[in-house]
Amino acid sequence: MKKLLCVVLMLLLGVFVFAGCSQSSPQVDTDEPVDREIILATTTSTYDSGLLDKLIPIFEGKTGYRVKPIAVGTGKALAMGNKGDADVLLVHAPEAEMELVKKGSVINRQLVMHNDFVITGPSKDPAGIGGMSEAVKAFKKIAASKSLFISRGDDSGTHKKEKKIWSAAGVSPQGEKWYQETGTGMGQTLKIASEKQGYVLTDRATYLALKNNLDLEILVQNHPMLLNIYHVMQVNPEKFENINADGAKAFVDFMLDAETQKIIGEFGKDKYGEPLFFPDAGKKEEDLK
Amino acid sequence: MNAILDGFKTAFVLLISGDKEVIQITWLTLKVCGTATLLSVLIGLPTGIFLALHDFPLKKIVVTIVNTGMGLPPVVVGLWVALLLWRSGPFGFLNIIYTPTAIVIAQAVIASPIVTGLSMAAIQQLDPNLPIQLKALGASNLQTVCILLKEARLSLLAAVIAGFGGVISEVGAALMVGGNIKGYSRVLTTAIRLHVSRGEFGYAIALSIILMLLSFTITYILTRVQQRRTIID
Repeated sequence: MKKLLCVVLMLLLGVFVFAGCSQSSPQVDTDEPVDREIILATTTSTYDSGLLDKLIPIFEGKTGYRVKPIAVGTGKALAMGNKGDADVLLVHAPEAEMELVKKGSVINRQLVMHNDFVITGPSKDPAGIGGMSEAVKAFKKIAASKSLFISRGDDSGTHKKEKKIWSAAGVSPQGEKWYQETGTGMGQTLKIASEKQGYVLTDRATYLALKNNLDLEILVQNHPMLLNIYHVMQVNPEKFENINADGAKAFVDFMLDAETQKIIGEFGKDKYGEPLFFPDAGKKEEDLK
Repeated sequence: MNAILDGFKTAFVLLISGDKEVIQITWLTLKVCGTATLLSVLIGLPTGIFLALHDFPLKKIVVTIVNTGMGLPPVVVGLWVALLLWRSGPFGFLNIIYTPTAIVIAQAVIASPIVTGLSMAAIQQLDPNLPIQLKALGASNLQTVCILLKEARLSLLAAVIAGFGGVISEVGAALMVGGNIKGYSRVLTTAIRLHVSRGEFGYAIALSIILMLLSFTITYILTRVQQRRTIID
């Protein structure tokens, strides 16, 4: 008798679960067929600045594809590309990107735009780096004075750039008391740096977007080493299954389109008085430096 | 201080004007969390009752696993569900990563042990002689279970409330498997996180007020159900 009850309960459970599943899954199936969807793995900087919120609806309207932008650090975005978990990438870590190109994980890698990194910090500037022209020297001074430095620490494009500057400066800050890693996105890291009054390397776009809520100033800028270069690329459909190659190609073409490039160049002017990104389609990376 | 005041102002405007995006996010949150809670009740209630009424080898281990599961960290669930659902994972072919369905699955996993553990405790709390007496009076097994459910209804509804509270408040799993996609898989908690990281505190505060109101309303309804039946009996 007990066993019978068990069976009945299990059957009931099965029926309910099945009903529950079939209730929730049509949301996905009917709304958009799978081949009309593309997963875009991108960086928190393009997302937090609001640029993608502006571009994606235009792309969707033009092509009928539905974009799922997943905003993560560049490290994670590249890893998604390397496993075939995304269709198209928009990232800013040229050297790490080249590794994926060599492995054959991504194809059709194209220069889209750039902006630049700036070193920001408290207006008191305890390390005295204000107005310096070289990022490496500024980092050396921060290390020498043991001033608080806030790092993304998340293997993002910004973090990769920061590590490159540290190694050029011959300093290994990991584990030092004055060096703190947040492990969060750019916006959050800026907020933490502002509250703790530390130095932080940031892309200009996110800084400008959040400036009003921050107690930080730009101290070092306009140095070739601080260029922040964005490329778009397709995940290789021949290497991975389930890749939406047509959708990915359409997105790459859209990003390079003259009209899109114009929108990128104008983006942010009305709000911040200066553009957040500079369109670069058709140029070569070497031309920027 | 300014940020807080501005936040309340924005919140007020958004709530009064019936901002489309806010309504859409709130509605999705309700749908996703509601479905997840329903699933967790359908899974957790029978499992809990079964565990309470039956003895079997290794029962202590199973119960310990359930009790540990009551504190499952949402990010851990998010990670594992994502690993399974990513295209490179074993269920990648289903194409449900970064959809509301994926959030429902992850949240059901979070809430099921809560509902199971609390339902089990609810039944175990009853007088252990009750099932024996009922059987002596000639009740069938199904009737016995029904009466036990009725007797334990207060605690059982508390289990449902706890399950719902677990899913509506979590952000880690919804972010990881839902992707926080605008107009599609963005729920209140992930939206709050996004607006905070963008420095848009007004929006974030507004959404946090809505989330609390939603949570309060649902819990209030469940509580009414819970308490009313007591009075009638």
